[in-house]
Amino acid sequence: MKKINDIISSVNSALTVEDCQYPTINVPVEQLKNVAKKLFENGYDFLINLTGMDYKDSLGVIYHISSSVDKNAMVVLKTTTDNRENPVIPTVSDIWESANLYEREVYDFFGIRFINHPDMRRIFLRQDWNGYPFRKDYDSNPELNPVPLENQTIEAMEDVPTLTVNKDGDLVANSKPLFGKQEYVINIGPQHPATHGVLHLRVSLDGEIINKVDPNFGYIHRGIEKMCETKTYPQILQLTERLDYLSGTMNRHAFCLCVEKAMGLEVPARAQAVRVIFDELTRIASHLLGWGCTCMDMGSITAFIYGMRDREKIMDIFEETGGGRLMVGYNVIGGVANDVSPKFVDQVKEFIPYMRKMIKEYHTLFTYNPIARGRMENIGFLTKEQAVALGTTGPVGRASGWSCDVRKIEPYAGYDKLDFEEVIRTEGGTLDRYLIRLDEIEQSLRIIEQLINNLPEGDFKAKTPAIIKLPAGEYYQRVENARGDFGVYINSTGEKNPYRVKFRSPCMTLISALDPLCKNEKIADLIMIGASLDYVIPCADR
Amino acid sequence: MLELDKLVNLIHEGLTSAMPEMAWLVSLIEYVLIGVAFLAVYCVLALVLIYVERKVCAFFQCRIGPNRVGPFGIFQSIADMVKILLKEIIAITKTDNVLFKLAPFIVLTGSLCTFGALPFGKGLQGIDFNVGVFYLLAISSLGVVGILLAGWASNNKYTLIGAMRSGAQLVSYELSASISILTMVILAGSMQLSTIVEKQADAWFIFQAPLPAFIAFVIYLIAGHAETNRGPFDLPEAESELTAGYHTEYSGIQFGFFYLAEYLNMFIIAGIATTIFLGGWQPFHINAEWASGFNSIMDYIPSWLWFFAKVFALVFLSLWVRWSFPRLRIDQLLKLEWKILMPISLINMLVMAVWVLIF
Repeated sequence: MKKINDIISSVNSALTVEDCQYPTINVPVEQLKNVAKKLFENGYDFLINLTGMDYKDSLGVIYHISSSVDKNAMVVLKTTTDNRENPVIPTVSDIWESANLYEREVYDFFGIRFINHPDMRRIFLRQDWNGYPFRKDYDSNPELNPVPLENQTIEAMEDVPTLTVNKDGDLVANSKPLFGKQEYVINIGPQHPATHGVLHLRVSLDGEIINKVDPNFGYIHRGIEKMCETKTYPQILQLTERLDYLSGTMNRHAFCLCVEKAMGLEVPARAQAVRVIFDELTRIASHLLGWGCTCMDMGSITAFIYGMRDREKIMDIFEETGGGRLMVGYNVIGGVANDVSPKFVDQVKEFIPYMRKMIKEYHTLFTYNPIARGRMENIGFLTKEQAVALGTTGPVGRASGWSCDVRKIEPYAGYDKLDFEEVIRTEGGTLDRYLIRLDEIEQSLRIIEQLINNLPEGDFKAKTPAIIKLPAGEYYQRVENARGDFGVYINSTGEKNPYRVKFRSPCMTLISALDPLCKNEKIADLIMIGASLDYVIPCADR
Repeated sequence: MLELDKLVNLIHEGLTSAMPEMAWLVSLIEYVLIGVAFLAVYCVLALVLIYVERKVCAFFQCRIGPNRVGPFGIFQSIADMVKILLKEIIAITKTDNVLFKLAPFIVLTGSLCTFGALPFGKGLQGIDFNVGVFYLLAISSLGVVGILLAGWASNNKYTLIGAMRSGAQLVSYELSASISILTMVILAGSMQLSTIVEKQADAWFIFQAPLPAFIAFVIYLIAGHAETNRGPFDLPEAESELTAGYHTEYSGIQFGFFYLAEYLNMFIIAGIATTIFLGGWQPFHINAEWASGFNSIMDYIPSWLWFFAKVFALVFLSLWVRWSFPRLRIDQLLKLEWKILMPISLINMLVMAVWVLIF
């Protein structure tokens, strides 16, 4: 807190630091760049999240910033602009690379243009969309945006507008095409077996060598954050699982934690333990699928089926207790939906040794296979600095040597009382990203083992009011899901539905790492690198 | 025993006595009959291979595999065949129409012609050239033309990349496959397939010159497997990169032709390996006095059964490899050929020559 005060006052003594959940600074637009630079110079090198806001009378952006060195440090910057007609804010994408996609998202939803941003295209909606849907005065009349019967043209998709300041201080809007006329560009996706969802990659090739990758999002954009604004908190829970369906339980857990924190609700010990077991089982299931898909993308379908076979055991455990399989719907605000099934403990105890045996088999079948080694070694290196700048958290960040496990940084749900290691590798290559997932399965098994042997007795759910209303204010909750740092930002005005909800998607940053990783690699490696990043598209598109 | 001689003679005599003046017509009818017979066997074998592949693959993957159509699903591939025959052939406007339609036929013709020259059993051979080995090598390379045409004529970026990969791959692996066969030609002293098989009556070639023959056998299996475009060498149609490679745009029976040719190529490669290394249709003999009883029991098993048993053993090996190994990358694939297999097979040929001189 004091450190932040010193940093901020060194920029401008008029700025003050408010003591909210995290130290918060309201910065005028003119000062934003200076403050951001100063924070970056002082070790705040990890931009966790960037949220657009519509305060009705003004538009704003909220920056959640942390550090890769001093991991507990967290600071929130807020900036607003009164100009609703033509709002402009200086970009921070030259300071934190991860802001690149976030700012495109803010532009898409709020119409705020960022000065000097390299690529001010819409990210999720079509380029010819009328209006900015997240503004509170948005007109959702279908006549304004009729269902288009034609695809948008490649020219419209790849005409990159930018906004720069000229010598006289005036704003100049420019645009230029993304790819040259002579470039051999192929589409990978939206329907493609190796993009793990409806991601559309435009890849410029020189023979088999990749020059540039341009990810196009939005094919599964459902406007979940917008939907949240009209739903009550228990209803929103259902939507959270649809973000990253492979770590649905953890996303749901994150939202529950955020609401419980706002309500000041104490969760019973039994519910907490069961939640953690479910989280870790989901993590194993997700990593198994990730492992299997990596193998399948290399052409080893047998390995994929082995992964799916073992994941099926976890799905059976979920089904027995929660009823659902992929989207369990088990966490509710205050605890879990029902007590665990009588078979649950035995099922989990049976699963742990089985899984350990199977990991050995995976290594024999695949990890030690010379062809697999040849495909994964020496490609797609992500340095720690790049990982921090791009904000690629989770297994990908840890494979590059960045200790970014939220379970250790900001422990929640009793993770601080559990004995487990944060698996960290140093090389940051594709092989490391592959191996780290198998090692994390082992750590998750350790966590489950500690909890399942002495599951606390007691209630499975705390008492909650019939209608859940959060006190006015802002709440942020970070959770480590299977792909990285998942965040929930809730802005409440005291109503039964939130004013604004923002989900920090770990997958979007993972996809933004594709371009730097794939440059000068071969097209077959693009598939490999994509598989090792293990992104889930609905999580990025929201 | 599968005795076709009588039937063949009967047809021949019948036709000649019916049309004594028109020998050319008799020959023509006989050619067509033989062609039809081969085509029928070709298709039936493809159906069997597809069923075998699906079942074997299922067992590798802890699944059951086809089990609905008929007992153990044995009619599954027939149902698939009917489906593929009834499917609409989607005409694509921007293709090069002639080449697009020609390509599947070239692929199929190449593999059918190779198939015709294989000795399936004692006296059961379509045509016995005195340059049989040369013919096999030449005609089996024809398929690559069809694949390149398919990729080019489809007017699609994926198919073009697939076809280019395939061209590079087939042309490269053709070399070490050919050299390893030539190594065995040195040992056999003949290019005629019937002579080659007869020379293995006492001991298969792989036992006659254990060291160089075995190396050549392994190299031939690898290179041959690569020529069939099947995993781990399935880059031309790597579905996770190129959706389906050179045959992305084909549908219905046109796709069926590629599919047929792919499965039969697997059989043909195994068939050539059997003929040249594992004694063809010759039974397993131990060349010693005490083993004469054993040898006569082996002789009792029909020659065509020996051939098919050996071929299917090799096909199983190929399936095993396909379903356990991940895919190589194009540079690794070419490195394997040009930097490893090719030098080894050249040296091996020299070793074989010395071996033949000494023993």
